[in-house]
Amino acid sequence: MSTDQLHELASREYQAGFVTDIDSETVPPGLSEDVIRLISSKKGEPEWMLEWRLSAYRHWLQMKEPAWPNVHYPKIDYQAISYYAAPKSSKDAPKSLDEVDPKLLETYEKLGIPLREREKLAGIAVDAVFDSVSVATTFKDKLKEVGVIFCSFSEAVKEHPDLVRKYLGTVVPVSDNFFAALNSAVFTDGSFCYVPKGVRCPMELSTYFRINAANTGQFERTLIVAEEGAYVSYLEGCTAPMRDENQLHAAVVELVALDDAQIKYSTVQNWYPGDKDGKGGIYNFVTKRGKCFARAKISWTQVETGSAITWKYPSCILQGDDSVGEFYSVALTANRQQADTGTKMIHVGKNTKSTIVSKGISAGHGQNTYRGLVRIGKGASGARNYSQCDSLLLGDKCGAHTFPYIDVQNSTARMEHEASTSKIGEDQIFYFQQRGISAEEAVNMIVNGFCKEVFKELPMEFAVEAQKLLGVSLEGSVG
Amino acid sequence: MTMLEVRDLHANVQGREILKGLTLTVNPGEVHAIMGPNGSGKSTLAHVLAGRPGYEVTQGQVIYQGRDLLTLSPEERAREGVFLAFQYPIEVPGVSNVYFLKAAANAIRKHRGLPELDAMDFLALCKEKAALVELPEELTRRAVNEGFSGGEKKRNEIFQMAVLDPALAVLDETDSGLDIDALRIVASGVNKLRSPQRAMILVTHYQRLLDYIVPDFVHVLADGRIVTSGGKELAQELEAKGYAWLEKEPAPAASR
Ligand SMILES: Nc1ncnc2c1ncn2[C@@H]1O[C@H](COP(=O)(O)OP(=O)(O)OP(=O)(O)O)[C@@H](O)[C@H]1O
Ligand SMILES: [Mg+2]
Repeated sequence: MSTDQLHELASREYQAGFVTDIDSETVPPGLSEDVIRLISSKKGEPEWMLEWRLSAYRHWLQMKEPAWPNVHYPKIDYQAISYYAAPKSSKDAPKSLDEVDPKLLETYEKLGIPLREREKLAGIAVDAVFDSVSVATTFKDKLKEVGVIFCSFSEAVKEHPDLVRKYLGTVVPVSDNFFAALNSAVFTDGSFCYVPKGVRCPMELSTYFRINAANTGQFERTLIVAEEGAYVSYLEGCTAPMRDENQLHAAVVELVALDDAQIKYSTVQNWYPGDKDGKGGIYNFVTKRGKCFARAKISWTQVETGSAITWKYPSCILQGDDSVGEFYSVALTANRQQADTGTKMIHVGKNTKSTIVSKGISAGHGQNTYRGLVRIGKGASGARNYSQCDSLLLGDKCGAHTFPYIDVQNSTARMEHEASTSKIGEDQIFYFQQRGISAEEAVNMIVNGFCKEVFKELPMEFAVEAQKLLGVSLEGSVG
Repeated sequence: MTMLEVRDLHANVQGREILKGLTLTVNPGEVHAIMGPNGSGKSTLAHVLAGRPGYEVTQGQVIYQGRDLLTLSPEERAREGVFLAFQYPIEVPGVSNVYFLKAAANAIRKHRGLPELDAMDFLALCKEKAALVELPEELTRRAVNEGFSGGEKKRNEIFQMAVLDPALAVLDETDSGLDIDALRIVASGVNKLRSPQRAMILVTHYQRLLDYIVPDFVHVLADGRIVTSGGKELAQELEAKGYAWLEKEPAPAASR
């Protein structure tokens, strides 16, 4: 195993890169109040929703794209992007899977996502968002029995306007940051989930996002509300076709965990990362944040293997006393991928607790940055944080960077921070080979070992998927 | 069939010739000891046999069980039954010893057309083999060699050998770093692994190991060649006289 072979190993083929040939309706590129009005009217939204979008748009016009992340990309022309693409056949949103274009179902099947309820797969309810439109939500009736609402965001705006109005923007305000403001102005769909007081959601909820149309951005909006004592586990998966041009994905996810509630949010992100030379790929600029009230707990787990650029900091505002925030992350950058990711743990309440476990893997020319903020507010007496940031390097052309920011305003806080950087050595690979294990499998085993602590936080099926994904992502021609 | 035939082997490391015409024949069932001064090329020979990248063969041949060993990849050699107990075993954080060994055992079994072992069968096998070298079970669950003491690492190598059941085992200074009791235990484990089908090459600096594992042949490697060969008495002679006297001897038959 030479250094060259390590580099080979770090290069990879993307396996979800097919394009589905369906008739889609796309709004011409460009952004203006008129485009926003058009999106809103196409979705048949009430006036308040349009006003909310327009206020976000006006904020956005005043804002600047952030320059502080440790990522580099050519300037994005926001007027060259189309802000709405919908598969034509589902103009009126499908009422059941029978109304969904069979080609779409085929697409999801290719991705290994079962949408047909008759397959009754492992009791996971799925919402699938294709380009900008939610195409199907499964298991709706079963969830309804226990009072859980799980539907597309558009549907929620129509069917549950009071809930949406009550919580939308309470965690990520329209003016929060450049990309969140953009999303608030133009978001087209996403998922909505509401678990009423005391209910334990009887199955995993899952959303699969896929960008298909060319030259479109995807701006989905997810809002999850767990009322007092409720519990929900939510999974999110993402893929996109291989295209030479870059595509923008700017999502916003808001989580609200009321007193004693628990939300577990897991992501396996496999957007198209671009080719070996860094051509194409998704720009993934995402704002994810949750707010915990008293004794509530929010746990983010993410496995980020795709995207040309990842800019993402799933965060927790630990508002209520004794609330708990967790962040478990694996971020892999290979070829020319860049990731600047991490979390913010904002301790406001007393005896709040947060845990951060970040595992960055860099291969090829990949650049991996961990950026984290732990803030202990004045009133957060007895707050505790444990942070662990580990980096694993494959080859010597990649990079790992860590920027842990700590801001402590209460002297009773207890903070623990651990960090490590290691490299997969040629001697390690040879040791595996000498025992009969191929170099590729050796890298897999070492990488999986490195990620173990994060994988164990994922629901079972997802852990297996994530492990395979890392394998594929690192797969190359081992000579 | 001959187990291993090394003919006039020349090998470079970093452009420098380390092996300078080494010849050695090993038959099934035999134990060969290789001794020699520091830096003479003993580990280099072991690595060349295992196919370590960076060790470039410039001349000569290595025939293993009738096949040209040098054309096989390192993992193919391992699957064909070549095992190297490393002089400096490698640490692999995050990967447990049993998990590592199970992947290895199953890769080898697959190559031999045998069904893979399931977790239960494999754990039973591990238990049995760990007992052979008295390796504490706790160590089998820890990450491969991570934080192992020097002696524990060496013991772990022999444990792996026992599990993987190789045809040709090259033990590179497995005795160094072992305390007196451990040496006895490891040696007795190795002795139990001696069989008419298996051949072993022991690289060592000390006669003491050879009191426990009695070799069929002893070779002296100096400056990249086998300079003299003999029976087990040769080791005693070396212990008494050192290596200096050999330089005055005529080239022995074994190295041609
Ligand atoms: N990777 C390497 N890079 C540079 N030189 C090397 C490398 N490997 C071996 N050598 C050199 O080759 C020579 C032979 O080394 P080798 O390890 O084979 O000796 P040895 O007989 O096993 O010695 P010892 O008894 O000390 O273990 C030494 O001079 C050593 O420095
Ligand atoms: Mg040596």
